[in-house]
Amino acid sequence: MTRPTLVVAGNGMVGHKLVEALAERGGLDAWRVVVFGEERRLAYDRVALSSFFDGATEDDLTLVAPGAYDEIEVHLGDPIAGIDRAAGTVTSAAGVQVAYDALVLATGSYPFVPPVPGSGLPGCFVYRTLDDLEAIRHDASGRRVGAVVGGGLLGLEAANALRNLGLEPHVVEFAPRLMPMQVDDGGGAVLRARIEALGVHVHTGMQTTELAAGDDGRVAQMRFADGTSLDVDLVVFSAGIRPRDELARACGLDMGERGGIVVDSACRTSDPRIFAVGECAVADGRVWGLVAPGYDMARVVARRLLGGDAEFAGADMSTKLKLLGVDVACFGDVSTGESITFSDAVNGVYKRLVITPDGTRVAGGILVGDATAYTTLVQMARGDMPTPDDPAALIAPAAGAEPVGVGALAGTATVCSCNNVTKSAICDAVAGGATDVGAVKACTKAGTSCGGCVPLVTQLLNHELAAAGVEVTTHLCEHFAYSRQELFDLIRVHRIGTFAELLARYGTGRGCEVCKPTVASILASLGAGYILAGEQAALQDTNDHFLANLQRDGTYSVVPRVPGGELTPDQLIAIGQVAKDFGLYTKITGGQRIDLFGARVDQLPAVWARLIAAGMESGHAYGKALRTVKSCVGETWCRYGVQDSTSLAIQLELRYRGLRAPHKLKSAVSGCARECAEAQGKDFGVIATEKGWNLYVCGNGGMRPQHAVLLAEDLDTDTLIRYIDRFLMFYVRTADRLERTASWFNKLEGGIEYLRRVVMDDVLGIAEDLEADMQRHVDTYECEWKATIEDPEALARFRSFVNVDGPDPNVVFVRERGQIRPARQEEKPTPLEVLL
Amino acid sequence: MTILDDVTTWVPVAPLERLGVDRGAGAMVGPWQVAVFRVAGDDVYALSNFDPFSQAYVLSRGIVGTRGDVPKVASPVYKQSFDLRTGVCLDDPAVAVRVFPVRVVEGVVEVGVPPSDRS
Ligand SMILES: Cc1cc2nc3c(=O)[nH]c(=O)nc-3n(C[C@H](O)[C@H](O)[C@H](O)COP(=O)(O)OP(=O)(O)OC[C@H]3O[C@@H](n4cnc5c(N)ncnc54)[C@H](O)[C@@H]3O)c2cc1C
Ligand code: SF4
Repeated sequence: MTRPTLVVAGNGMVGHKLVEALAERGGLDAWRVVVFGEERRLAYDRVALSSFFDGATEDDLTLVAPGAYDEIEVHLGDPIAGIDRAAGTVTSAAGVQVAYDALVLATGSYPFVPPVPGSGLPGCFVYRTLDDLEAIRHDASGRRVGAVVGGGLLGLEAANALRNLGLEPHVVEFAPRLMPMQVDDGGGAVLRARIEALGVHVHTGMQTTELAAGDDGRVAQMRFADGTSLDVDLVVFSAGIRPRDELARACGLDMGERGGIVVDSACRTSDPRIFAVGECAVADGRVWGLVAPGYDMARVVARRLLGGDAEFAGADMSTKLKLLGVDVACFGDVSTGESITFSDAVNGVYKRLVITPDGTRVAGGILVGDATAYTTLVQMARGDMPTPDDPAALIAPAAGAEPVGVGALAGTATVCSCNNVTKSAICDAVAGGATDVGAVKACTKAGTSCGGCVPLVTQLLNHELAAAGVEVTTHLCEHFAYSRQELFDLIRVHRIGTFAELLARYGTGRGCEVCKPTVASILASLGAGYILAGEQAALQDTNDHFLANLQRDGTYSVVPRVPGGELTPDQLIAIGQVAKDFGLYTKITGGQRIDLFGARVDQLPAVWARLIAAGMESGHAYGKALRTVKSCVGETWCRYGVQDSTSLAIQLELRYRGLRAPHKLKSAVSGCARECAEAQGKDFGVIATEKGWNLYVCGNGGMRPQHAVLLAEDLDTDTLIRYIDRFLMFYVRTADRLERTASWFNKLEGGIEYLRRVVMDDVLGIAEDLEADMQRHVDTYECEWKATIEDPEALARFRSFVNVDGPDPNVVFVRERGQIRPARQEEKPTPLEVLL
Repeated sequence: MTILDDVTTWVPVAPLERLGVDRGAGAMVGPWQVAVFRVAGDDVYALSNFDPFSQAYVLSRGIVGTRGDVPKVASPVYKQSFDLRTGVCLDDPAVAVRVFPVRVVEGVVEVGVPPSDRS
């Protein structure tokens, strides 16, 4: 059977998304796809375009996975020149003719160049494609002054780019202020001061009347309506965009009033065989000039092409960016309603909130210089969170950042149980001048032992600092001025593959024990492969480095995986035999596994070689990763059970084994409401019902016990797994370093309702992404110990000393209850060390 | 500390390339357990492998990094950091581990043992 033909005009961000979304749904079996692209390259990340001047290469920016276009006919550098709707054909500029059954226009938009005499002179550029940027870079060398026409978001970005190229940057804006579409005079003034402080010259209220050429025929001077002028060597136009609707216009499709191809909620044009998506389309009455709504449109069309009935329902136009190091955010609708404004020219902060005409809700707003309240406010504007009675407080200084919970904690509450430090002691330390976690640790000893309370200490510290009016940063450590979540996004969006690259682009110094393992974990979550490969090895905490758990005397414990706690007698004997042969202490853990203690670094490979030969695999007791899925015997053996909890537990454990996360993850499955597996004390837990499975999330045993919350009821197994996939990946992407699901949940604005909307209703539109991430994890999983045993280079690390064989003489065991235990200090020969 | 001045014995430990960049390795130097570090740019440092906070010989297994301009290693047990150049604990300057002189000769890392300490 021959497949119908789909022609896609344009291989920009949205056109590519369409192809990708179609392929993901198996659409390449149903359609023969032919893509025409005007640019010479396959789709790349236009949003990150400016990073090209920061050192990103064409490869860094590409959006196309190797091989993704193997089954697709692509004509690059050959735009479609005409559409014959009656015949159902397109013809390219080079004369290629293709008959289509469906046609998708994804032609994007073009930069608007005001009709000023001289705008076509050599030395004048626009800022839209990689070719544009290459041309600018090529032209900029050796030149001195660069001007950008247009002071909107993109114009300021372009100015920064010129600055990066070593030019003296100027921004010329026709309106009386910068970002005229988004801010009022007050905001513009604040923004201007910030931008000028960075060395960008700002000229507002300037109408460019002419660009004059110098002797060499290049642009040399900008002349303005007020008679003044500016000598320039290079000019970039960034004065807005216009949809590329020329093809559609020529073949008589319906157009929007101000241009753009009109489409319905299925993204269909006035010709049912033709769709339009992205910046060339007018959907829901407007052109959506951001990439996320474009992606939504692409997914809608992919579904439609496969017989589905998805609709484009409009999108959130909120944006937050760091522009030349200045936070700028706009969200919601700022066009109608009452405004509340907060402006602090001294500190360069400007915030404006627009309240709906009926006064009940935040409609939208703009934040310049301080965007900490952004997340909360966006949720309010979306209606996901109630707007408080006094909205002005939302933008007053230091509002909106307060984490829920710690403020309410009693002063006598123990925060660090290892060292018995109370909340009051920590607050006193902060009042006494401690302003970072290190200082709090040094004066209270909190967090200096097991480290489990560090997140709580950090929250308390931030809470106290905020209460004292001190600005709190979410910076991961001194090497990165970003939170874990921000780093996660940077790594994902810019496809950063190594710590060195991340450090070079976004960090300072050489890293430390905080950022290195965090980045290692992020890279692992994003599928960077074997954790001891190459540079990654140096980033790992000792546990991950030696794939075992460091114990107090410097020896390690070994934990083979026992999925669901089910173990055959032969496996039990094999574990026992290994323990006996290597003289290890054995203990059954709380998570239904067997822990073998007392192995020295140099013994680990031999221990694992034996365990692997007996069919065991790594239990990841060392990583911030999935530990166990505990189970009861369920319906198979138990007279009360209503479902097969053991089988499900095994299935879940095998699915999520090895998944790297901000913290360890534990899970359990109970076969009925009697809850013998204690599923409600786990990061995610499942309890069988007569009709299916109830899913609980964000529970915690341990130091701060917290019951899990019911997320969804009576799920079938497929849906259950889908929800767990989404939940886990959402947590992995957004939680802070060393933050378990319970603390993450306590800080989550909107609570369980919000989580339900993300996981079940997919309000963020990321469910597919999250599932795909998880699937990649599942598909690429391999036992790290198996990989290590097979890799001589990795094995070479497992020695006590580089220069002599043999064990650490300071590791001494004594016998107790028939097994070994580490000798106490007084039971050991005196160490040779002399401390200063 | 004047240890550096009266060094007489240099003990070869390992070829430089055997050491991972930004990672440490344990070495026996006479009776001493020494943690030898090779950091990017091929600077080498040697500290006692003894972590005074946990009393275990594990510093070689810590994560190497910087605090400000100070090159340091964080103990893998309770995470205190030590200045690789001086051995002083950055989180508690009252504590320090001893520093051993170290050099690279023809690609081989050598750790020096002060005569007074040779047994
Ligand atoms: C510097 C810069 C920064 C940006 N920053 C952000 C941001 O931070 N956040 C955000 O959401 N958005 C941002 N955007 C906007 C974002 O890039 C666009 O919304 C997005 O690229 C639109 O995708 P598209 O596929 O509709 O158009 P494009 O990505 O422009 O793709 C259209 C493609 O179609 C090609 N084409 C045109 N006509 C034809 C034809 N007849 N035949 C074949 N091919 C044709 C074009 O050459 C182009 O390659 C930024 C844009 C720029 C330029
Ligand atoms: S949870 Fe229910 S099914 Fe499982 S062991 Fe307990 S009583 Fe039996």
